[in-house]
Amino acid sequence: MTRLAAIVVLALCPVLISAEPIVVASKNFNESYILGEAVAQLLESGGFEVERRMGLGGTLICYEALVAGEIDIYVEYTGTLSQAILKSDSQLGFEDLNAAIAPLGLQLLPPFGFNNTYALAVPRALAEDLALNTISDLAARSGLKVAVSHEFLEREDGWPGLSRVYGFERVPQGIEHALAYQALADGAIHVTDAYSTDGELTRYDLRVVTDDRDFFPKYLAVPLVRADLPASAKARLGLVANTLDDAGMQAINASVMFGGADFEEAAAGYLDGIGVESETARSGFWEQLRRNTARHILLTAIALAAATCVGIALGLIVFRTGWLSRAVVYMTGLMQTIPSIALLALMIPLFGIGVVPAIAALFLYSLLPVVRNTVTALVTVDPILRRVSRAMGLTRGQELRHVFVPLSMPSMLAGIRTAAVICIGTATLAAFIGAGGLGDPIVTGLSLNDTGLIMQGAVPAALLAVATELMFEGIERALVPKHLRTSEA
Amino acid sequence: MTGSREGTASPTEGTPPVEGSCVNFASVGKHFAGNWVFRDVSFSCPTGHTTAIVGESGSGKTTLLQLVNGVLRPNEGTVEVLGESVPEEGVEAFRRRIGYAVQGAGLFPHMTVRQNVDLLARLERWPRDAIDARFAELLEEMGLDASLSDRYPHQLSGGQQQRVGLCRALMLKPGLLLLDEPFSAVDPITRMELYEQFIHAQRHEGVSALLVTHDMREAVKLAQHLVIVGSGEVLQAGETAAVMATPAPGYVARLVETQL
Repeated sequence: MTRLAAIVVLALCPVLISAEPIVVASKNFNESYILGEAVAQLLESGGFEVERRMGLGGTLICYEALVAGEIDIYVEYTGTLSQAILKSDSQLGFEDLNAAIAPLGLQLLPPFGFNNTYALAVPRALAEDLALNTISDLAARSGLKVAVSHEFLEREDGWPGLSRVYGFERVPQGIEHALAYQALADGAIHVTDAYSTDGELTRYDLRVVTDDRDFFPKYLAVPLVRADLPASAKARLGLVANTLDDAGMQAINASVMFGGADFEEAAAGYLDGIGVESETARSGFWEQLRRNTARHILLTAIALAAATCVGIALGLIVFRTGWLSRAVVYMTGLMQTIPSIALLALMIPLFGIGVVPAIAALFLYSLLPVVRNTVTALVTVDPILRRVSRAMGLTRGQELRHVFVPLSMPSMLAGIRTAAVICIGTATLAAFIGAGGLGDPIVTGLSLNDTGLIMQGAVPAALLAVATELMFEGIERALVPKHLRTSEA
Repeated sequence: MTGSREGTASPTEGTPPVEGSCVNFASVGKHFAGNWVFRDVSFSCPTGHTTAIVGESGSGKTTLLQLVNGVLRPNEGTVEVLGESVPEEGVEAFRRRIGYAVQGAGLFPHMTVRQNVDLLARLERWPRDAIDARFAELLEEMGLDASLSDRYPHQLSGGQQQRVGLCRALMLKPGLLLLDEPFSAVDPITRMELYEQFIHAQRHEGVSALLVTHDMREAVKLAQHLVIVGSGEVLQAGETAAVMATPAPGYVARLVETQL
């Protein structure tokens, strides 16, 4: 156990005390990945050291991480900043926004140029048949099935505001954005929300209806940075100002979605177009696999080691008191009922983003199987043996060490083993909060709808789970006499 | 041996401890949540002999045994063991001077024969050669082959397990041996062998023993003194021969009849 702890601490060191590279993040959708990667390459080609935290699970995670100083840059949209983050009722201009975020130590750099605003999209044939040219036309027409993405449904600058301004009466269905286009093509729905730079608009032959009451705010893509970023880095990022229009961004998105380009190539291609030569300092397949796997093992091992120590200690402390052990088992059970992605999100206010909150969440998740198996095993030790060990004159400590713990060992090991497998699975979600690991290729693969990439995370994670099972069988063989083993019963 | 006897006018109250007794109960009462298991129980066990507490299940005989090693505490009266009251503090050290053997042997399944037997000696930090010598001596005494030393309990017969249990109880050369029906879970032939082995070992060790049993034959076979309990009282106590010759009327008489 001590050796394991030492390995874990050593492995953690580079994570905790890395130098001070510029940390570039992105959200987990294609355009954000591409622009984030472009920013990263632009800085690297300018001689800056860059650390990537791509694919964070949403706007608030990125923003909070930026405010907390966990990241230095990500590409945000002015409309999102104005409404979803600053909760402003009116549309703030670029200068107003900059003034509003200055007290937080944040700064907007000049925008890329295009406006990736919300739009409502309708199949072109349907739009022509029904003469749907504006959003007002849509609102006036009943019988159209509207389905919008969940985020759009919730956001003040999405459906709630839109329905007030245009007087929509129906409440639309929520739908996963990636599925909406297929649903439109199949005729299952008639209208959905889209982004004006989506590559799918051309592919599925959709028409964007005009926002005739000018409801949707401007969504200009801008590098949002910490104000304390070196001036030279800010100047370097000025090179992207007004270099992309809607059609240009649409084409880059399409090249990734349908043209087989990856984010690095798409970003390099864009930078090449504006006269910046960048090296796609991409690590090879094996290097990436090694790094992701190492990170995954790190997350899992620390969380598991902590859960093992705390869980067993907790079990040993409470098992002699019936109501207390029930209370502890219920409490740790409660933790399991929180969906893992929600638990990860709950850790952000406490620990920010990255490795630490991920480990904290995994720790809480692993606690139940360890505690429950420990307590159950301890309270079900044969009462005759309890009586004998007491009558023999064993002290409480000796009783635990020589009787209770060894007799409970198979069950405790089984609990730790279950926790380990849960941990390995759940750790794939840690990529959403920037902790890396084998979830990274999975999250990116989901965004790109790229099965191969998803496999690059899923297969090693599965192998890791199998290896863990084998390892625990070995540990059990070493610690438990043959006739008491659970795995060979 | 003195003892209370049903119906006699409390001859036990104020009875001084008998010289040379290893266990002495004086007016002891014990209740659980207000339900008295027994009250006003007095008896003593002479040193160097075996005393049997005989009674039906539920008669409180196991409770009596647990008062001896301090697992339970009396609500009334005093219990003296090996010349002292059961201590409040450091009861573990006290218990190590009392061997304990139980029905079914209660061997630790994760320990070998040797580990079961020498656990306490290791905890007491006996030197290794002293442990080995004592272990060998006990195996010999209980008629166990040395080749069994590294077996686990589940690899032994019921009789062998019981003998190992007795070895474990005797390891630290206790002054008193508590036997909680240790012979009842084995077949009759094995039981007879165990009796012989026990009598031999007890003489050799010179240890006092307090046996709890529901089996009058077993009591008569092994014990020189009897304490018959029932209905929360000591019904009759005395030398085995005396009790057999003049049993108290009622339960004791019927019990003795089973021996005839």
